[in-house]
Amino acid sequence: MSVLIFAELADGSIRKNSQEAIFYGAKVASQTGGSATVLAIGEASEAELAKAGNFGATQVLYVKKEENIMAYAKILTEVVKSTGSTVVVAARSALSDAVLARAAGALKAGFAGNVTALPDTSAGFTVTRSIFSGKAFAQTTITSDIRLLAIKKNVIDVTAGSDTAPVETLSIDTSAEDGSAKILSVEKATGAVSLPEADIVVSGGRGMKGPEHWQPLLDLAEALGAATACSKPVSDLDWRPHHEHVGQTGVKVAPNLYIACGISGAIQHLAGVNSSKVIVVINKDPEAPFFKAADYGIVGDVFEVLPKLTAAVKAL
Amino acid sequence: MKILVCISSVPDTTSRIAFEEGNTRFAKAGIQYIIGPYDDYALARAVELKEANGGSVTVLNVGKADAEPQIRKALAIGADDAVRIDTEPADSYSVAAEIAAYARDKGFDLILMGRETTDYNSGVVHGIVGEMLGMPSFSPVMELNVEGSKVLIAKEIEGGKEKLETSLPVVLGCQEPIAEWKIPSMRGIMGARTKPLAVIAPSAEALTDVRSYELPPAKGAVKMIPAEDAGSLIKLLQTEAKVL
Ligand SMILES: Cc1cc2nc3c(=O)[nH]c(=O)nc-3n(C[C@H](O)[C@H](O)[C@H](O)COP(=O)(O)OP(=O)(O)OC[C@H]3O[C@@H](n4cnc5c(N)ncnc54)[C@H](O)[C@@H]3O)c2cc1C
Ligand SMILES: Nc1ncnc2c1ncn2[C@@H]1O[C@H](COP(=O)(O)O)[C@@H](O)[C@H]1O
Repeated sequence: MSVLIFAELADGSIRKNSQEAIFYGAKVASQTGGSATVLAIGEASEAELAKAGNFGATQVLYVKKEENIMAYAKILTEVVKSTGSTVVVAARSALSDAVLARAAGALKAGFAGNVTALPDTSAGFTVTRSIFSGKAFAQTTITSDIRLLAIKKNVIDVTAGSDTAPVETLSIDTSAEDGSAKILSVEKATGAVSLPEADIVVSGGRGMKGPEHWQPLLDLAEALGAATACSKPVSDLDWRPHHEHVGQTGVKVAPNLYIACGISGAIQHLAGVNSSKVIVVINKDPEAPFFKAADYGIVGDVFEVLPKLTAAVKAL
Repeated sequence: MKILVCISSVPDTTSRIAFEEGNTRFAKAGIQYIIGPYDDYALARAVELKEANGGSVTVLNVGKADAEPQIRKALAIGADDAVRIDTEPADSYSVAAEIAAYARDKGFDLILMGRETTDYNSGVVHGIVGEMLGMPSFSPVMELNVEGSKVLIAKEIEGGKEKLETSLPVVLGCQEPIAEWKIPSMRGIMGARTKPLAVIAPSAEALTDVRSYELPPAKGAVKMIPAEDAGSLIKLLQTEAKVL
């Protein structure tokens, strides 16, 4: 099968979650005896794009273009047609979801989101996807000729090689789509580790007592190179920015390690974090429901426990 | 302004998830269904926009008759009329195709949906509908203002937010804090009983098919570490869990 991977670019290179998507796409290609082509749209140097080869891509098609969902979807649709691709893979994200969705409409292609494992192609094309915010899985067969897959983050273990892939720059006419939206401003947390892509997340709840008490949590996050997150009430109270809030109505994270500090573990919170590989819960209440979802637990006061953890990390 | 709000009917988020018939069906017994939590935000903003600018709000659900309590609730919250496309929602593509087929020649200015359903979490129906109707689509939208034909939105991007300007007609997937959820008033509930609810026959075909469901493996017991010895956790994370 000819596989096309839609890779996202950030700060001039291929995003980590997109590297997972490329690795996944390359595996599907080798499993079915096909090619793995990457489509990257945005701003990046040829040297950075060629690194798609590290993850198994055999070719990179590049379109230099500012972000516009409608134009990106048009480009993806055109490239699926011109390459004759029958499988399209992307990492799940707000941008990819929007682009894949429009491509699904244009190509009459079946879509499976939150895919967690390689497809079974022995009879048809069946993937496993996570549903109910990680509380179950559905084996889903896609019956259309073209299949679109959004891969859940951090479920694919990537092993990078040193091969590079040839890069070809394309130009595709998107004049009909270009005027559909005008970006007025972008507010982005700078410097800090990106929450959706972080390997480690340190998260605080109402048990942190107030924004002025966040320093011990920030210290641990810094020592671990972790991103910071929070529960919904914390962002509702403006103790922390809205884009840090995880859960059913917030960001869904799936890091290797999630450390919850003073969070009770309400079901709506768990919905955003239960795909984490290892969960540590620190709570002074031994009955806190979060302990049931935890791998490691400490019953204690966050303000006493956090400095001990930070010191232990620094001593490693 | 003519607004269409698409609502899903989903298990309450505290529901126990289980499957039956050899893991081929979701076990519905005892499950409380609700309007999709994100769809509720879309509905609330639609009602606010109607109250501010005039116009109408039509609510649409692709589903069987068991979704009617959720549709009536949307009418009680402030939608003027409702449409139910009478089929079990099978997948994103077919739900989108039903919505697009209905909306195509109705002249809606705004089509509002939730960012995603809380059962299948796909987050794509709005984009597919946008493409099918030749309208721009954006998601997840956290702020929405309409000035004439100009539409100003703020949407979430990885690690931040982006403000952009587009124009009517447009399809949007919504999330908080776009509006506060609305609770139906007694008057709203009474009025909802007599508001029109049209039932339409389906026309689309699904492109995917769920073979079976499974639950994740049970979580092992939590390992407790005494608070005095908190630092020892870090060693365990390194040597036992191997995440550091
Ligand atoms: C539809 C809906 C959607 C929602 N979506 C989300 C969502 O996306 N994300 C989300 O997080 N929530 C969400 N919620 C809210 C959720 O139900 C909980 O109310 C919320 O997660 C609780 O936040 P919390 O754990 O920070 O606060 P609390 O429940 O108040 O818990 C604070 C915890 O801190 C502990 N504590 C206090 N002091 C200390 C101390 N000194 N040391 C250690 N521990 C201490 C307490 O024992 C307690 O367990 C949603 C709710 C609804 C109804
Ligand atoms: N069965 C349905 N009927 C009406 N609208 C729906 C239905 N399913 C999904 N939607 C809408 O599409 C949005 C995105 O759904 P999804 O792409 O399935 O995650 C939801 O938040 C709803 O607004």
